Amino acid sequence: MSNKKKKKLTPVQQEYQAFAKAREPKRPVPANVLKAFVAGGAISLLGQGIGDFFIWNFDFTEKTAGNPTVAVLIIISVILTALGVYDHIAQWAGAGTAVPVTGFANTIASAAIEHRTEGYVLGVGGNMFKLAGSVIAFGVFAAFVVALVKTLFTTLGGA
Amino acid sequence: MEAYLWAFVVGGLICAIGQLLMDVGKLTPAHTMSLLVVAGAVLGGLGLYEPLVDFAGAGATVPIISFGNSLVHGALAEAETTGLVGILTGIFEVTSSGISAAIIFGFLASLLVRPKG
Amino acid sequence: MLKGHQTWVFPNKPTILSTGTVVGPFEGKGPLAEDYDLIHGDLWLGQDSYEKAEKKMMEEAFEIAIRKAGLQKQDIQFFLGGDLLNQIISSSFAARTLAVPYLGLFGACSTSMQSLALGALLVDSKSANYVLCGTASHNTAVEKQFRYPTEYGAQKPPTAQWTATAAGVALLGPEGDGPKVTSATIGRIVDMGISDPFNMGSAMAPSAVDTLTAHFRDLGISPQEYDLIATGDLARVGHQIARDLLIKHDLEIPEEIFTDCGILIYGEDQPVMAGGSGCGCSAAVAYGHILNRMKKGELKKVLIAATGALLSPLSYQQKESIPCIAYAVAIEA
Repeated sequence: MSNKKKKKLTPVQQEYQAFAKAREPKRPVPANVLKAFVAGGAISLLGQGIGDFFIWNFDFTEKTAGNPTVAVLIIISVILTALGVYDHIAQWAGAGTAVPVTGFANTIASAAIEHRTEGYVLGVGGNMFKLAGSVIAFGVFAAFVVALVKTLFTTLGGA
Repeated sequence: MEAYLWAFVVGGLICAIGQLLMDVGKLTPAHTMSLLVVAGAVLGGLGLYEPLVDFAGAGATVPIISFGNSLVHGALAEAETTGLVGILTGIFEVTSSGISAAIIFGFLASLLVRPKG
Repeated sequence: MLKGHQTWVFPNKPTILSTGTVVGPFEGKGPLAEDYDLIHGDLWLGQDSYEKAEKKMMEEAFEIAIRKAGLQKQDIQFFLGGDLLNQIISSSFAARTLAVPYLGLFGACSTSMQSLALGALLVDSKSANYVLCGTASHNTAVEKQFRYPTEYGAQKPPTAQWTATAAGVALLGPEGDGPKVTSATIGRIVDMGISDPFNMGSAMAPSAVDTLTAHFRDLGISPQEYDLIATGDLARVGHQIARDLLIKHDLEIPEEIFTDCGILIYGEDQPVMAGGSGCGCSAAVAYGHILNRMKKGELKKVLIAATGALLSPLSYQQKESIPCIAYAVAIEA
């Protein structure tokens, strides 16, 4: 995709972009990947612990413990967002906090909190899904296509 | 204890892949999350994600990628009992707690706090 | 009076009678804290939205400027203002409070010098006696509009810049005690195809080079004429690129006199990635720090080239690149 864009640039623009790129600080990719690994792993570890807590103390099985676990992680994430610390943790952790379900909760909570100044209906309600909307839309659409294909496949295959 | 180790490693690896998509692929967080969810749906449909969940526990269920997997499973489970329309009725069944919790608590947060910069 | 292709010289030497600079807490912790008129302790300024806070800063800035010049609001002919928010609401609503004839401008982060250039033209051509030129930016209001909600956990790359919470206003008059605006070069839009809003420095550098080159060419002078040449908000990344690009175009500006407001406004210990940006950045640094240095006699002739990135959140989503512009204004003690 980036190559397609480059072709639309004039030679002067391409030359400048190469010139500029050579002078830009590069993203510290290995460090970022390591930090994301550690943060993401830690959150998953926490999730595992929360899941076990529900299995031992309540009537949950390995399969069903996923639900309350995700809910608890979401609540923690919303609290950290509300306290104003989530964004600072995320600057360090990058994908480590964005990829787990905590990231999803943060997108909704941060957008909701931010847009309160525009009122609850248009502001909070209307903007809440600004960032999470694409995850939900694409997730649902992809699931629909996959499920449809699979169901048709098995019914036709069976028949 | 082994379960904890694999939860850490697999969860961390999935996030590491996300970081590569953002830093090297230059994708925005929204693009990255959407891509991972779709990947989860595809893997779920192919039956490849459940084994990962059995193996890594929370390492596989905590990242957003499992959201896609859950959406597919909800749809397929319902389709099995009620036919094709089940795809529509079942999609949110498994993921309902996650989405509901996020909306409810996000809204509560907006009632209680102001952004801190 | 036109000189060359795109530069005005001002034979009547409009004077900057006074300035008003207002900043937020983060800027107040920076190295230039002594040079601001007012530092606020929190981002809300007692308002109930960030947008209203940005408007409030601009109001406070021009109130300070008018008071320091010993004038009244009624004495001001025109207010030239602009900011980054949609439909420049901060400026328009501040103009409502000011209640003087108003010309709203949009130059993004270059608005400070854009307004000063036009204001000087009005005063020099005797089309106005007193003109207020000002701009403001507010970190969280701008982030909310252009990028992400403030509490959102998106990781910023090292080329990202920090929008300053700052307002800067200058009051121009036909004569008096104060630095004089002697010339101004109006820039044209330069777009090198950069489309990453987290890399404004690279996007804006070519426009700064274009305007600076035009300035020296139109006036037939060399950079050494000035004691200080400051770009608006190229910050560390863009400033380095601009320096090298100028050398490539056979125009070297000596390192001792070439600086950038986005680099000056924050200290090394403040987590701002490449440096500061925003309309208020160049305004507060120029009207506060740089003019103070001129008053102390440290600088006699300065050139300030404010740079702006003219994108919108929509243009970015539609995969458009970022067109940029720069305005250069020369001020003499």
